[in-house]
Amino acid sequence: MKCQYCEKPATFHITELTGDKPSELHFCEEHARIYLTQSSHEQQEPASSLAGVLAQHLKVGQTAEDLAQLDQRACPVCGVTFYEFRHAGRLGCPHDYVCFHDELMPLIVNIHGANEHVGKRPRHGAREAGDQTRLIQLRREMKEAVEQEDYEQASKLRDEIRRLEKQRGKQT
Amino acid sequence: MKLEDLAGQCGEWLRGSGPESDIVISSRIRLARNLAEFPFIRKCTDQDRAQIERVLHEHIQRVDEWKNLSYVDVATLEDVDRQFLVERQLISREHSEAEGARSVAIDPHEKFSLMVNEEDHLRIQVMQSGLDLQSAWAQIDHIDNLIEEQVTYAFHERWGYLTACPTNVGTGMRVSVMLHLPALVITRQIEKVFRSLHKIGLAVRGLYGEGSQAMGDFYQISNQITLGRSEQQLIAQISDVVPVLIDYERRAREFLVRESQKDLHDRVSRAYGILCTAQTISSEETMHLLSSVRMGINLGLIRDLEIPTLNKLFIHTQPAHLQKLRGVELDTANRNIERANYLQRHLRKRDAGTDPEKN
Repeated sequence: MKCQYCEKPATFHITELTGDKPSELHFCEEHARIYLTQSSHEQQEPASSLAGVLAQHLKVGQTAEDLAQLDQRACPVCGVTFYEFRHAGRLGCPHDYVCFHDELMPLIVNIHGANEHVGKRPRHGAREAGDQTRLIQLRREMKEAVEQEDYEQASKLRDEIRRLEKQRGKQT
Repeated sequence: MKLEDLAGQCGEWLRGSGPESDIVISSRIRLARNLAEFPFIRKCTDQDRAQIERVLHEHIQRVDEWKNLSYVDVATLEDVDRQFLVERQLISREHSEAEGARSVAIDPHEKFSLMVNEEDHLRIQVMQSGLDLQSAWAQIDHIDNLIEEQVTYAFHERWGYLTACPTNVGTGMRVSVMLHLPALVITRQIEKVFRSLHKIGLAVRGLYGEGSQAMGDFYQISNQITLGRSEQQLIAQISDVVPVLIDYERRAREFLVRESQKDLHDRVSRAYGILCTAQTISSEETMHLLSSVRMGINLGLIRDLEIPTLNKLFIHTQPAHLQKLRGVELDTANRNIERANYLQRHLRKRDAGTDPEKN
């Protein structure tokens, strides 16, 4: 059975006894939460998912043009567009947190009520993070070069990737 | 290790021991981690996925204390075997249903599993029977450190551990406790409880993240927020609320005993009777009845059964487990017959005072 508000499976089956006669309600977790936390059960148009929350966020204070422009912006490292993220609710690579920083900030604050990590940190710190990100980008560029049959460029990229991987091998 | 070997056992989370184990089934913590040098799963090529697997397996195999882990290639498993791992909570439903290279490394005691290429590159999961989040944290922290010695995690000074979905960013940690709350369901207080949990930012799920009451009155309580609080704070939040829920459930049970002992005893005995004598029975009905029997044992209304035996029935009557134990694939109708047979064999034989598993 699907949730009454979205395509997710209904996992909460609620029998509401407050009306004239009992009514059956079926929700996914998120909509159950929205339903149950509403003080009065007036029906609102709830945000259906992370993507929904995001879309609502962006509507406020942004014109359609701004949004269209933002949608086209792509991460230089993994190539994910903001549009893709908005629809799938999943990011493409660690660098997205840097390049979409300003857009993600309000969303993350909305989800977590906080904007800074205070827990555990890797013992080794975020060593050579730049090089790691560079690897993601180089691999993507190599794949594109191969697809375009630019083998000279692809082999250059491959050598660079190997160099970086070797360097990483030494450090660990 | 063969999956068949696991089928006969119970695993850690249904062991039925540990603190408060009459109501708390298990304590679980999972951490989401990604390797810094690869894109998140969504943007991974087949090559990336294969390489992530290779890199992580290499490192896992290098750890001395993990020489006896079992590696299962989830991508090439039969459907029934994937379902089997989901029923045992060794992999998530998402991991089972995804596509592409993915795998899981399983501890022989089933206390932890390492999922590779789930929603994130690595999902570490630790389970403890009963209410014991501190042990679970100590163990998962240690596992996380062992892996982190060898790889570079995607980590950001401000955002913490970076995850494919911003809902997990920060600690990447989900703390969950599974509770058996039949009396709160019978007394219709369970929704009120959900409502107050949601108000303090905690999520409630069914046994396998879906289906609520039909699934044996099992509920998982977990944190939703992962950023801005330390791991210890997140654990404390769950640790603080669980005793309150245990207290509610105990009081609801006392209420039922006090106000309607006859009805309750009748309900429990009928459930036991059906389980012992049914000729064909669905998974849902079995879970529902086992739930009543489980409460009956805890209240002393049933004296010839023990919780660990009952917990074993909960898992062994699941669809994939039945088929693995029987050694053949069965359709729904035949599973229902096999399930009834299995229940009869294990519940009736107990009168003779022997555990049929040992014969």
